[in-house]
Amino acid sequence: MSLLSFYARNSQEVLGLVGQHVYLVAISTGAAIVIGVPLGVLLTRRPGWRGPVLGVANVFQTVPSLALFGFLIPLPFIGGIGARTAIVALVLYALLPIVRNTYEGIAGVDPAVREAGRGMGMTDWQLLAQVELPLGFGVILAGVRVATVVSVGTATIAAAIGAGGLGVYIFRGVAVVDDTLILAGALPAALMALAADGLLGVAERRFAWRAK
Amino acid sequence: MTPALEVRGLGYRLPGTGKGDSGNGRFLVRDVSFSVGAGETLVLLGRSGSGKTTTLKLINRLLEPTSGDVRVAGERAADLPVTRLRRRIGYVIQEVGLFPHFTVERNVGLVPRLDAWSPARIAARVRELLALVGLDPDTFVRRYPHELSGGQRQRVGVARALAADPPLLLLDEPFGALDPITRVELQREFAALEGRIGKAMVFVTHDVREGLLLGTHIGLMLQGRLAFLGTPDDFRRSDNPECRAFMAAA
Repeated sequence: MSLLSFYARNSQEVLGLVGQHVYLVAISTGAAIVIGVPLGVLLTRRPGWRGPVLGVANVFQTVPSLALFGFLIPLPFIGGIGARTAIVALVLYALLPIVRNTYEGIAGVDPAVREAGRGMGMTDWQLLAQVELPLGFGVILAGVRVATVVSVGTATIAAAIGAGGLGVYIFRGVAVVDDTLILAGALPAALMALAADGLLGVAERRFAWRAK
Repeated sequence: MTPALEVRGLGYRLPGTGKGDSGNGRFLVRDVSFSVGAGETLVLLGRSGSGKTTTLKLINRLLEPTSGDVRVAGERAADLPVTRLRRRIGYVIQEVGLFPHFTVERNVGLVPRLDAWSPARIAARVRELLALVGLDPDTFVRRYPHELSGGQRQRVGVARALAADPPLLLLDEPFGALDPITRVELQREFAALEGRIGKAMVFVTHDVREGLLLGTHIGLMLQGRLAFLGTPDDFRRSDNPECRAFMAAA
């Protein structure tokens, strides 16, 4: 059975899984931005916290994704079978690039620009909102891009704990040794990753301010 | 009359006990006193590490003094909210520090905008200031800093510092990073500007010729202390060995 005729016959289900996949990636990346950007900003204000926080975020990154999904299942409130557990795991993965790039983006602002801003009487909030975040935005966006692309891939594994998404076809295809089925899940996931990469890459270049 | 800036017994000591090997507890600035009135320019001259820049930063509280007293137009700097203090003091640094994502117009209008001036008033003020520092407003308002030469950038930096009409201006080697020809050009223009705007200024440099050209008073710093304070003529005639060392370099 060819891929095209598979899609034609199962279009409703395919669209449903694509929708679930987008939902997993969007919610988890969104939550990681909401948590990660303020955390990254905080690290620029409390340099002593940088090592421990990035260290912990790094550890999550090193845990194999299937294992992380498994570890989370028995936990109360955040655990269990389904999308909620998967989203928690995806947020943990997405945090590192977003926190790190927020920190780097702000730390990379020309010290003379910061000194001039402070010397002219900007408050810390004004400096952050008008200078540091706009100038660091390209680097922060690069972190979001990496997080999103990784999430699209990792979210396929979320099907293993019943979270749905395109991984459903991949796991089913592996189980019954059906290449077409594996491809039916893998191809749209790959296209989704490429699209996210391309779109966010364009946005990133748009906001890459030159220092001089 | 109350001077625009009055500094009494100013000191800055690094934290620490003095027992370490890294200069802990060392004084970077010690017992510095001077006052600067409207229309006067005090040039702080000295070698690298003599405490000139530290003194400047103690005035606008980018560093907090560990001893002594700074008064701006009679008000104790330590009693003012730090952002309000700084908006009354123009600040120009060698690296300029223009905001690269702002046009020239937004850069110059920064402090007026922080002080919530009306947009029309800001726009008029920006044009006035660009003309004052020798830049054609129509050509430059829409440009970004990366489209300017080094000299043009520092002109914008001076315009930005003057934007909210502060009574006091602090300048930290503003022409130090420019090529020799542009530097001399800007020094000459700045000398003319000083007379016209009538501000009190503290101007840090290690270039004695620049100091003698621009200063109404010269303060020579040595190891954190003010080793000499007087007019440029006094400075030329002084038999203070450090003054003579600088004159020999001129």
